[in-house]
Amino acid sequence: MAWTRQEMANRAAQELQDGYYVNLGIGIPTLVANYIPDGVDVTLQSENGMLGMGPFPYEDEADPDLINAGKQTITELNRTSYFSSADSFSMIRGGHIDLSILGAMQVSQEGDLANWMIPGKMVKGMGGAMDLVAGVKKVVVIMDHNARDGSAKFLKKCTLPLTGVKVVDMIISDVGVFVIEENGPILIELAPEITINDVKERTEADFLVDKGLL
Amino acid sequence: MNKLYTDAEAALEGILFDGMTIMAGGFGLCGIPENLIAALKKSGIKDITAISNNAGVDDFGLGLLLQTRQIKKMISSYVGENKEFERQYLAKELDLEFNPQGTLAERIRAGGAGIPGFYTKTGVGTLIAEGKEHKDFNGETYIMETGLKADVSLVKAWKGDTEGNLIYRKTARNFNPMMATAGTITVAEVEEIVEPGELDADNIHTPGIFVQRLIKSHGLEKRIEQLTTRPRQEG
Repeated sequence: MAWTRQEMANRAAQELQDGYYVNLGIGIPTLVANYIPDGVDVTLQSENGMLGMGPFPYEDEADPDLINAGKQTITELNRTSYFSSADSFSMIRGGHIDLSILGAMQVSQEGDLANWMIPGKMVKGMGGAMDLVAGVKKVVVIMDHNARDGSAKFLKKCTLPLTGVKVVDMIISDVGVFVIEENGPILIELAPEITINDVKERTEADFLVDKGLL
Repeated sequence: MNKLYTDAEAALEGILFDGMTIMAGGFGLCGIPENLIAALKKSGIKDITAISNNAGVDDFGLGLLLQTRQIKKMISSYVGENKEFERQYLAKELDLEFNPQGTLAERIRAGGAGIPGFYTKTGVGTLIAEGKEHKDFNGETYIMETGLKADVSLVKAWKGDTEGNLIYRKTARNFNPMMATAGTITVAEVEEIVEPGELDADNIHTPGIFVQRLIKSHGLEKRIEQLTTRPRQEG
């Protein structure tokens, strides 16, 4: 049985380590904050200018001056600091953020990421995604393994315009988990009742299979 | 020198012209200079190149200037919240230059600091890198990006004094501090203006040298784009 969005977010949360500074993208990555393991203390960065992002506010506490990068109202914690967009991206581009978790339209077997533009359609913009993948120490992608029409999203080469080249370190999809290493991707985990053959049929990229799964 | 003007229209008088470049602070609708944008709309100037992280929504923020077709070109990182923007862009009525958000922030910071260009890893190997100078440092490839300046920068602060010293509030700071440095003339819209000496000098975010004109905000809407809340626990 393929993993749900919540299960993918939960799996991604297992990549969090105590003391990490983490940037979560919009969509499924935002859910990762709900699954931070006990005893693991992480500080969430929001690229619009906040370190130490708290939960959503109670209705009577929503503050228009306090939003996250998805423009949602949020709250501060006692560790919170605020800063300009330039300082925010000094954290990101300067390699100070430990982990970025984001969504993807396509990933290549070399770790290229495409997640901002479909030619011929209205382009919303890349926001901070190009900066995040270029500067953050570890990049984890959470995505559905296949597009709505069933086509593969984990490819030999991306066909969509790229967000970054050789930037993805790990893919968590609804069928399993891949790490992308220097000599290629390795399938290291499978969702329940998903077989290696299922994954192969649904993947265009060439990948190795971890010994533990054989 | 008196920097304090009676209202937004007075503060923009004599500094606007067709075809000018304007920076406007804000992230989404958070920390935008509402009064100054309204006055810009009223001025009727055309062919504006607007540098702003976003383009507002259909009926608020910079969206107001798109409705009136006063903007010719936008330099932004994300414009997904504005349908009118999409329509004008697809009809080729509007030019658009996308910048990665960090590149945009740094270009503005550099422009204000007298730095004409810098190298960054962001965008290497993507469409953003096309036509840009590439250079290797310590075995890694970087692209050159240029500093950005504006004829006029419009920023929004929380507190300020009559010298133009500014303090921003929470995430309403965003692009405002860099934009304040990058305008030939910077006009600040401030929620509360006090006399010199009343702000803590150690906690000024934008020193007054960067601000030429100042107004007090009136009737701020501070619209929330995505009101997201959690329920209170029962009992």
